[in-house]
Amino acid sequence: MPSITREEVAHLARLARIELSDDELDHLAPQLDQIIGLVAQVSDVAAEDIPPTSHALPLSNVMREDVNVPCLTPEQALSGAPAAEEQRFRVPRILSEEA
Amino acid sequence: MTVVADVLPIDEALAQYDPVMGLEVHVELNTKSKMFCGCPTEFGAPPNTQTCPVCLGLPGALPVVNARAVESAIKIGLALNCEIAEWCRFARKNYFYPDMPKNFQTSQYDEPIAFNGWTEVTIPSGDGETETYRIEIERAHMEEDTGKSTHVGGATGRIHGASHSLVDYNRAGIPLIEIVTKTIEVPPAKAAAVARAYVSMLRDLLLALDVSDVRMDQGSLRCDANVSLKPHGSSALGTRTETKNVNSFRSVERAITYEITRQAAILSTGGKILQETRHWHEDTGITTSGREKSDADDYRYFPEPDLVPVAPAREWVEEIRATLPEAPPVRRARLQTEWGFTDLEMRDVINGGALELIVKTVELGVDASAAKKWWLGELARAANESAKELGDLGVGPEEVAEVQKLVDEGALNDKLARQVFDGLVKGEGTPAEIIEARGLALVSDDSALSEAVDRAIAANPDVVEKVQSGKPAAAGALIGAVMKDMRGQADAAKVRELVNSKLGI
Amino acid sequence: MSDLTRKTAVELADLMSSGETSSAEITQAHLDRIAATDTAVHAFLHVDTEGALAQAADVDSRRAAGEKLGPLAGVPLALKDVLTQEGVPTTAGSKILEGWKPPYDSTVVKRLRAAGIVILGKTNMDEFAMGSSTENSAYGTTHNPWDLNRIPGGSGGGSSAAVSAYQAPLAIGTDTGGSIRQPAAFTGTVGIKPTYGGTSRYGLIALASSLDTPGPCARTTLDAALLHEAIAGWDPMDSTSINQDVPPVVAAARNGDVTGMRIGVVKELGGEGYQPGVGARFHEAVELLTKLGAEVVEVSCPHFQYALPAYYLILPSEASSNLAKFDAMRFGLRVGDDGENDAEKVMSLTREAGFGDEVKRRIMLGTHALSSGYYDAYYGQAQKVRTLIARDFARAYEQVDVLVSPATPTTAFAIGDRVNDPIAMYKNDLCTIPSNLAGNAAASFPVGLADEDGMPVGFHVMAPVMRDDLLYQVGAALESALADQWGGVLMSKAPELEVTR
Repeated sequence: MPSITREEVAHLARLARIELSDDELDHLAPQLDQIIGLVAQVSDVAAEDIPPTSHALPLSNVMREDVNVPCLTPEQALSGAPAAEEQRFRVPRILSEEA
Repeated sequence: MTVVADVLPIDEALAQYDPVMGLEVHVELNTKSKMFCGCPTEFGAPPNTQTCPVCLGLPGALPVVNARAVESAIKIGLALNCEIAEWCRFARKNYFYPDMPKNFQTSQYDEPIAFNGWTEVTIPSGDGETETYRIEIERAHMEEDTGKSTHVGGATGRIHGASHSLVDYNRAGIPLIEIVTKTIEVPPAKAAAVARAYVSMLRDLLLALDVSDVRMDQGSLRCDANVSLKPHGSSALGTRTETKNVNSFRSVERAITYEITRQAAILSTGGKILQETRHWHEDTGITTSGREKSDADDYRYFPEPDLVPVAPAREWVEEIRATLPEAPPVRRARLQTEWGFTDLEMRDVINGGALELIVKTVELGVDASAAKKWWLGELARAANESAKELGDLGVGPEEVAEVQKLVDEGALNDKLARQVFDGLVKGEGTPAEIIEARGLALVSDDSALSEAVDRAIAANPDVVEKVQSGKPAAAGALIGAVMKDMRGQADAAKVRELVNSKLGI
Repeated sequence: MSDLTRKTAVELADLMSSGETSSAEITQAHLDRIAATDTAVHAFLHVDTEGALAQAADVDSRRAAGEKLGPLAGVPLALKDVLTQEGVPTTAGSKILEGWKPPYDSTVVKRLRAAGIVILGKTNMDEFAMGSSTENSAYGTTHNPWDLNRIPGGSGGGSSAAVSAYQAPLAIGTDTGGSIRQPAAFTGTVGIKPTYGGTSRYGLIALASSLDTPGPCARTTLDAALLHEAIAGWDPMDSTSINQDVPPVVAAARNGDVTGMRIGVVKELGGEGYQPGVGARFHEAVELLTKLGAEVVEVSCPHFQYALPAYYLILPSEASSNLAKFDAMRFGLRVGDDGENDAEKVMSLTREAGFGDEVKRRIMLGTHALSSGYYDAYYGQAQKVRTLIARDFARAYEQVDVLVSPATPTTAFAIGDRVNDPIAMYKNDLCTIPSNLAGNAAASFPVGLADEDGMPVGFHVMAPVMRDDLLYQVGAALESALADQWGGVLMSKAPELEVTR
């Protein structure tokens, strides 16, 4: 029984916006299954009462003053754009409404 | 294609079902800089002139929290009687969308900065009295706004039928506070009105806190309404929809009413409500289906590793609390006393959304009743005619004060002042420009007035006789004739003075 | 004058301050060396000849004008292609960023500029720093200068290979799970992972935000320390940056005294599965430290065995989110924009075409680990393991000043050996990963060649947060003692590369 099925991998690829080919799915699904087998070892550690660590160091309250700093020029902002129009980023049509 | 749904008349809907509501309000803060970078937040700037690597989500850029935004969040939390977290984190909400530069929104998830609060709203009860309802606040949390897409091609400029879109990231990263209510359960017939009053109250509160411009027309306060229905007496919750894009007080009420009638029509014919996002259309007054909730809503929240936790010191929270303006009900009572308004007058002011406007107008030296007269009279009528909020007319307290000053000085009378306001609403310029262009100045030339009085006396011998035979009240007709002759552009008090002196009374 | 490319950064700085040579000459010598050797090594993805010579000329004229310059002013450096440099192509080893020229400088680059350090160009790496061999680069594999048939390590194989091939005396790497230290070990060079937050991540194209750390690569401990000092320190643009003074790393590298230092050998990192030559050199180095006056004890860190699985949950989770911005909308590659495909489809086609296999594997693994229903078992549990590993370190540091282990279980392996076995590849980083999870400082120093293959072996030192100086103290002690034995640093034993003209 694999820890992850080919269908689940296809679902993950959709969630991650990667248009995987069938060949890649054939190839990646068993590899992911193997890797999940490895990482699932973390569940062998009894850690119920252990607090999780999200940050390497226990810093807090790092904030900046509410002041303006120079922006990029619109030319700089758009310099890497695959397409631009009217000083805006031109993107393909958007079908679904915002989440 | 938009399919217009069947609706059940609201009375019938409420006869069968109880609405259950929840409101999520997004407020753009009025900070100088964005949530996580130093770019300005000015509304209406040319596209992509207020961006940097951080808010454009360029590879390598990192966020740093705006202290003032945190302070504003705490203010809002305290004003809504929330607890302020001793320690909280930002989280990433992961989903792909072209106007969201990083394809995750930096937000807060299970650790909001403010939670467990409440507030009260007051609505008219129909018999001249008011009723007060308590709204429980689930949470208020910090997050960032997205960019703005313009959809090009297609007939409507809307998302459907467009050939491509153009994105401006000036708005991306502007600080937002999302305020979420718990389930609001009030008598069914009151639901929509309470929702409207709540959003209106929030606007007043946010203005008083000076944390947001709260310009609904500019999208700095946006409301999403969750609505579901349950049959009378049932405790089982129905499937809810989330209506977005509800961006004025009146549309809060209308959209909720619409959603109740739409859902009731489906349920009463045995149909099922889809759990979905719906979009409110101000122009047609309906909601349309947006997107069905699906596994794409797996936002994969996790603590934002690029930001460290926020742990507001209790001393800081108390300092902020000390700066809070008085609670709205207390403040209203004080203002009512100061202004000398009756309960009824005060209620009209509040229901008319004019409270803060009158406060500001009075601050500019205008008498409270004069301020009320303009805001609830001429300006309220103009707002009503153009289906705008009172605050969005393009006429502000400064203009009202300017016009009233001219009235006090005798340069305008009320009738002419109304014309000035008409000009202001129509965008004809400043009061001075309008007076000039429309020729509205009062005639202060004594000889012209005197001649007009003489003409009126000569033309109305019967009235003169009445006055001189001991009925001074009859002089009103003469004054009216003079005003008519002067096309209203005379100071009535002055005319009365002249008439009286010429008739020797 | 003898070959300028063979000099250390310190020697080059001395030659410039005494007026014997100029930054322009030194820079040109290194550009020539790159031209002569990089066909074979392929350490660079982009050589910024014009920019480097302009920076060199600027330093020379400032020096001529009597300006007081930093200790490394005019010394050339190779920059890992994961850090932004304004106007210079930055790819992170990925097709998806091909041709992208960032409109801003990373903080590391700003500090290099401020120090007058000359940036020669951008070095090869595994795509988005995901890998241990540079074989995951979209632009071809870098070859190990010690044996061109072998990998140089990864992800920062380009930076270490450039230093090892005398193409640059200094390089910048980034270390998320060993990407500075493992290539240093494989190329016989020095590689330091500073304390997390000790060097700024602003402008570092993020792999895993809570682990990534930029740091120095060099051929000697002192050179590394000087570079460390130049780039380290608080940065208000990075919220996770530490607002404290930089540890005294240069002084420590000059001192190199380990008398009385307590050194802990991590029991769990060694023995079975470790190449004999690696074990032999490691134990000799430990003995050498004892001879030099250190007190060596064995220390147990029982949760280190779970570091690898925890890492391969935390890293992919953060990476899946960090890499979401590569969506063809604002910068980089765009595929399939034919007027018909919608934005979502174009995103998916671009990410399919622009990302390599390892990147896709890790994005999907991370997406899975964060999904509702799996979060607690995977990401949540991995974060708890992270706590346990940090506690292991804390307990160990109550007993000892630093911990040591081999830097890698094996020496550099042959190109192609492990490309189809991700897990074998992951195990390269067994020893280096725990320090990333805990945010500690750690380093690899060269301690000789494995008998069986003649390839370099790295000695791994781990020090508590903000005690980066201890690393240099140990490294300098080993370096000078071994140089006495060998008559020079390990790099002097490296085979000559064939030079093409």
